[in-house]
Amino acid sequence: MKTKFTTDTKLESEIAYFENINLKLESGDIIDSFKLAFKTYGKLNADKTNTILVCHALTGDQYVTGNNPITGREGWWSRMVGPNKPIDTNKFFVICSNVLGGCAGSTGPKELQNGSDVAYGGNFPSVTIKDMVKAQSLLVESLNIEKLFSVIGGSMGAMQALQWAIDFPDRILNIIHIAGALKHSAQNIAFHEVGRQAIMSDPIWKNGKYFENNEVPERGLSVARMIAHITYLSENAMHRKFGRKLQSRDIISFGFDADFQVESYLRYQGKSFVERFDANSYLYLTRAMDYFDHDETFRKNIEFSHNPNNHLKYLIVSFTSDWLFPTIESKMIVNQLNSLSREVSFLEIDTDKGHDSFLLEEPQLDDVIKGFLTNNFTKIDE
Amino acid sequence: MNKINSIRKDWSLIETLISEDRKILDIGCGDGGLMEQLENNRNAITHGIELNRDLAANAISRGFNVVHGNAELDLSQYSNNSFDYVILSQTLQAMMKPKDILSELLRIGSNAIVSFPNFGHWKIRLQLLISGKMPVTESLPYTWYDTPNIHFFTIKDFLNLCNEMNIVIEKSIGLSSKGKQFDISESVTGVNFFTHEAIFLLSYKNFEPIKIKSSKKVFAKNSVIAN
Repeated sequence: MKTKFTTDTKLESEIAYFENINLKLESGDIIDSFKLAFKTYGKLNADKTNTILVCHALTGDQYVTGNNPITGREGWWSRMVGPNKPIDTNKFFVICSNVLGGCAGSTGPKELQNGSDVAYGGNFPSVTIKDMVKAQSLLVESLNIEKLFSVIGGSMGAMQALQWAIDFPDRILNIIHIAGALKHSAQNIAFHEVGRQAIMSDPIWKNGKYFENNEVPERGLSVARMIAHITYLSENAMHRKFGRKLQSRDIISFGFDADFQVESYLRYQGKSFVERFDANSYLYLTRAMDYFDHDETFRKNIEFSHNPNNHLKYLIVSFTSDWLFPTIESKMIVNQLNSLSREVSFLEIDTDKGHDSFLLEEPQLDDVIKGFLTNNFTKIDE
Repeated sequence: MNKINSIRKDWSLIETLISEDRKILDIGCGDGGLMEQLENNRNAITHGIELNRDLAANAISRGFNVVHGNAELDLSQYSNNSFDYVILSQTLQAMMKPKDILSELLRIGSNAIVSFPNFGHWKIRLQLLISGKMPVTESLPYTWYDTPNIHFFTIKDFLNLCNEMNIVIEKSIGLSSKGKQFDISESVTGVNFFTHEAIFLLSYKNFEPIKIKSSKKVFAKNSVIAN
């Protein structure tokens, strides 16, 4: 396999081109060529044993830390990844790639179809978590890294980490799985469906061909984001943050302006999301999460894997107030691994910040990630 | 590697009950102190369960395989005979259903190691006899209304239960309140008076599987039918 690498100066990102590779997707469709946008942080050591792959969540990207040129803000996990941070880039070589189907430089609905000057739009094939991981594995291979020390992710990133453990256990040593599950629940699919309906019923969406007129289905996409954002918080956190406080006014308006702070906050979230995310990508990626289901197959896959996986260590973390991926879902993974006598650690962190906790200030999360990585790395170094 | 000196007397005794290179589950493992000791001194593979969130987080941060959970609910997830030893140190008296826990320990592990404070110790008997109030001692330092220890029992009670459950006591160690160590099996009456803390190595009685003898070769017969 020959992979071409370039640097996109506008995106401030590396791009890996996989040409004539005929990537067969889970759906049966084939992408003959694709590219992945990725960033790396820290240095690969001489033995190539210190690589950590960070997998981003639904609306994340490859900009884990440092500047994100798309938003002009800090990377999405800059509090976790960096020099002397829990995922210490003085010690580890961190890779993060924009997922297949994403919209930050990797092949996805926003990008031009191979050999044409028209974007994929709705013609992009359906991608799954398994497909994203397959693409990532090709990237890791092309960087000449045989084994990853760890694969880490929260939410959709956790799904990818779990998929790595199933598909490529012989190429990793451990996974850190945060706020995830074996399957996307009915309730979660329902919320995604409402989001997708919001986008698809925006008249500007035009069956995914909005780019032809240089338009964006802003209303639909921002409503989708507003709904999703509610599911990332918790009632307590919302109450603590906003309560019934009014926004820039002393009395209610008896109208439909954003009277309440929480309304104004959601509107802002929706609006700023539209500026950085592609509506079609949102449809495809939410679908990929919906299709994720290892409820019946996980145990079997781990127990009867054709690749050796006995060496794998698992750190599973959940949050008390996460109702999107509740603790019970994480415990199912832990139970199955324990019943197979695998090396698994599990912690439920007490917080009111909801599903988004993994992105926010949670000292206990920092401690366990740092400790888990440091101690397990010392063990392989000995 | 340097041997770790135990910070708790019962830990060093537990260590003496464990052979090298075994797989161990420590129930109520705290921040992993005993696990560390057994990994270092016995080259053990250790797993732990801890109910307290902060202790579990500490143990995980120190690199141990620890599941944050409740032993009374979460032991069912482990497969039969998946550990060589299952350790329950100073916790049996705090369990809702000690008998169920005991049988779970021996389902999961080929051996169980159980330690507990003896309620039959003479100081406790004397306190109850003289003051007429629930005893408060060094090993059971809680008042009756604010204690995690909800099932009090003596060595005699424990031996009776083991007998009833067909549990074999492989080894037993008693500790006096001054830290003197002795074999419990030697004289039960005196022992129940002077043992402050007891440690037991348990296993199930091995029953020989019943073999059914048959002169007919079933396989051959079936293959005839298939033809």
